[in-house]
Amino acid sequence: MSEEMMEEGGGVVKKFLYLNRKAPIGTVYALESLEVVLIGAAFEQDVSMIFMDDGVYQIKKGQDTKGVEMKNFSATYRALEMYDVEKLYVSKESMDERGLTADDLVVDVEVLDAAQLADLMDDQDVILSF
Amino acid sequence: MLHTVNKSPFERNSVETCLEHSKDGSAILLIEDGVYAATAGTRFSDMVKAAMGSKTVYALKPDVDARGVQDKLMDGIQLVDYAGFVDLVEQHDRVQAWL
Amino acid sequence: MKLGIQVNEGPYQHQASDTAYQFAKAALEKGHEIYRVFFYHDGVNNATRLTTPPQDDRNIVNRWSELAEKHNVDLVVCVAAAPRRGIADADEAKRNGKDANNIAPGFRISGLGQLIEAGIQCDRLVVFGD
Repeated sequence: MSEEMMEEGGGVVKKFLYLNRKAPIGTVYALESLEVVLIGAAFEQDVSMIFMDDGVYQIKKGQDTKGVEMKNFSATYRALEMYDVEKLYVSKESMDERGLTADDLVVDVEVLDAAQLADLMDDQDVILSF
Repeated sequence: MLHTVNKSPFERNSVETCLEHSKDGSAILLIEDGVYAATAGTRFSDMVKAAMGSKTVYALKPDVDARGVQDKLMDGIQLVDYAGFVDLVEQHDRVQAWL
Repeated sequence: MKLGIQVNEGPYQHQASDTAYQFAKAALEKGHEIYRVFFYHDGVNNATRLTTPPQDDRNIVNRWSELAEKHNVDLVVCVAAAPRRGIADADEAKRNGKDANNIAPGFRISGLGQLIEAGIQCDRLVVFGD
């Protein structure tokens, strides 16, 4: 387990992981989990996001929601950098079995295999699942 | 780490993906519909049995009983009640939910 | 142990709220502290005062209210997810021009920061969802 770092002023900094495994649009989890990340950014924790299983579809390029008359929030993933949320990871296996490559994604991510993801997850303090 | 899985392996890949991404020595707690993964003679039984070699697999007894599969559990599945669930959370330094 | 709980689903539709409640109850009986229960996504529907389940079934909303009262548990409903789904307290109803409010006793509406703060302050954060 990671050590809790004390930032200046004595505030606790924990490793927060947002685990995204569901496709966007069909359910609300992708949108509302992103809202948690954005609000959470103000707390200056050590944030990582993992996109795996159908969660990789959340960051697929070219989402056009005009026809379904639903909110298109895919561009927001590009804004994460401005909120100091830069540790974005996707599952290699999830991408491969969906025929996706990094070129299909709307944002830069690090592609990790299952063993690497397991190590990453094991290093976190708080894991939020949606 | 304690991993919880609440969906049936026949409905969703959560059991599978949890087992693929959890480290040796983890505890896996099957709750709600996830308890079906603890039953014998299914196409997932071998996968779960293999995991038991390096991880401890628990099932939440009230959920097992509620679904009437108490007579179908695989050997090696450890049953806990809600108090046991709390104990598992305490014994492991973090909890990861696979929804 | 100081526990945080996240509930992602509404009453009756999914078992998440039931399991979270039973877990919270067992934890309190063992002398642990429930720092906060944060209701997100459809979990905000656990806070409606207008629930009338059948007489012979459990009253999920009331159970939470009673737990809050008996053990001083902080039940927080997300201020973004709640208005989307029509859960309002008197202030929110007035602010949004609604002719009624429906929040159940023991619940309060507040921001997503409360979830992050629970993650920071608690020893464990346990998520119940679908």
